[in-house]
Amino acid sequence: MADTFKLTHENLDGLFAVLRKDGRRVLAPVDADGRTELNDVEKPGQVSKSYIQTIMSAKDVVFPKVERLLSYTTEPGSVELHDAEPHALPTVLFGVRPCEAKAFGALDAVFNWDYRDKFFNARLEKMAVIGVSCTKADDACFCTSVGGGPADTKGSDILLTPIDGGYLAEVLTDKGKAIQALAPQLFTPGNGVDKAMIAAKLEQAFDQPALTAKLPGMFENKLWEGQSLRCIGCGACAYVCPTCVCFDIQEEADPKQGQRLRCWDSCGFSMFTLHASGHNPRETQSARWRQRIYHKFSTYPERYQMLGCVGCGKCTRACPVDMNLREHLVEAANA
Amino acid sequence: MTEKNIYLPYLMRITQITEESPAVKTFRLEFVDEVAAQNFNFKTGQFGLYSAFGEGESTFCIASSPTRKGYIECTFREVGRVTAALADKEVGDIVGFRGPYGNVFPLEAWKGKNLVFIAGGIALPPLRSVIWNCLDLRDWFKDITVVYGARSVADLVYKHELKEWNERTDINLVTTVDPGGETPDWTGKVGFVPPVVEQLGLSAENTVAIVCGPPIMIKLTLPVLEKLGFAPDQIFTTLENRMKCGLGKCGRCNTGSSYVCKDGPVYTLAQLNELPAEY
Repeated sequence: MADTFKLTHENLDGLFAVLRKDGRRVLAPVDADGRTELNDVEKPGQVSKSYIQTIMSAKDVVFPKVERLLSYTTEPGSVELHDAEPHALPTVLFGVRPCEAKAFGALDAVFNWDYRDKFFNARLEKMAVIGVSCTKADDACFCTSVGGGPADTKGSDILLTPIDGGYLAEVLTDKGKAIQALAPQLFTPGNGVDKAMIAAKLEQAFDQPALTAKLPGMFENKLWEGQSLRCIGCGACAYVCPTCVCFDIQEEADPKQGQRLRCWDSCGFSMFTLHASGHNPRETQSARWRQRIYHKFSTYPERYQMLGCVGCGKCTRACPVDMNLREHLVEAANA
Repeated sequence: MTEKNIYLPYLMRITQITEESPAVKTFRLEFVDEVAAQNFNFKTGQFGLYSAFGEGESTFCIASSPTRKGYIECTFREVGRVTAALADKEVGDIVGFRGPYGNVFPLEAWKGKNLVFIAGGIALPPLRSVIWNCLDLRDWFKDITVVYGARSVADLVYKHELKEWNERTDINLVTTVDPGGETPDWTGKVGFVPPVVEQLGLSAENTVAIVCGPPIMIKLTLPVLEKLGFAPDQIFTTLENRMKCGLGKCGRCNTGSSYVCKDGPVYTLAQLNELPAEY
């Protein structure tokens, strides 16, 4: 059981100051130009008051859009290689939702299941998550259908749940305890609030274990084609997704020097699997859409004993042609 | 930082270049770093990512046999940005290599069996590694047969080695070119690989077949092998899905729950039958 405390609004102010003094940046959802995105903040007052989710996920803190893997200089007959070091900033992610906090586990699974990825690990090590429970949900949300919940603690180092005058604070991990230890006086005794009464109520939309069990037999089902007819293959779903981890490796070079970069990619792009011969194993958009579903709901459970989806709904909110993942999963589960 | 950078390639010096066929070359590569050279080991079937610094990385098998020490070889066709840059290299130039990655052909399990290799076009290189490995361990196996086809005589790769295999008595080589691809002095067969395999009168008993080629060749050869009595677990192939990392992370080669770069590239037909045909 987590240690439960109360963190008043005033003390949260103090905690932000302490964290910054400790040399950490605090990233939190901020309203700007009609969007809510993570940004550097100094005070809790800067944090968005009304957000359900940021548009982009927080994954770029541990998995930047573009990251240098190595660099080199070349001369005729010789190459000098330079290792790259991730310049990971000590970061506290404040206010991410429980779904997103949990998503870091799905990234970790891929980056470390066999070979260990030092870039991801260096950033993850320097990151702590102070999640905030959801008190409302929208039509895109379905965390309760994928094993999560609006006040789920998984992935958060400290989880805050809004209560009168501040937050209920669950200190969950060693990283969470280290934060608490910076200013223990700010964390006052908890008052035995039932957070389930405060958290958003979100009905389960489909039976995920049943869906996962039937997917292997549904590969040729026409439903994938129907669902993807309007998909324009823009890849927005993958870019906003907190668990989408597929990447490309690109070269940026001039004749004397260059660097090798890891960049976000998407299985929704036709070139993702295109062979040099011109053969493409996933030739149609429906095959690519199906891959997206199968990777998250079939491959992930089989390989990593977890789902590759946290039900945050970011893909649905970002989709320019209104594909609703929750609805599509409900349809598949009922097929 | 104590963790190793898994994306850092070895630096390799090109010590030999063989022009195999139009736009196809073989590089012999030696480690620039001697310690790396001594510590390097691979098994037949494995692959790597080869870099042309300035352009990027491409995935090819290791085309040489692990029994031949001190170097690795790769054979590639010039088709894109990286392979074009590689094709421009000269002996003495430096390229990068990451690997070895992926699983291996189970030679131990093949001890005492007949081996039939069936390859088409530019797909001989992955099998060439196995063939030389098996020839260097010749007493492990019974009969070794190689059926190799290409569009034309000019498209056959490893011409010198084909000649050598042809002259050896411990390997039965059958070469064929597509109708119209023959030259006046061509002494091999004329015809597509599947019917040529069918005419050989192979027995499936105590035999494994190792097949690699363009999708159409594989598609038409498998029914022939089935007809000859080969069971799906007696048929091996090696896939080469598009890859970027080779480390089971970038997601490109994922098909079904398999990562070709980790669970493959070597699969039996029995294993492939369990996967969606997205390769």
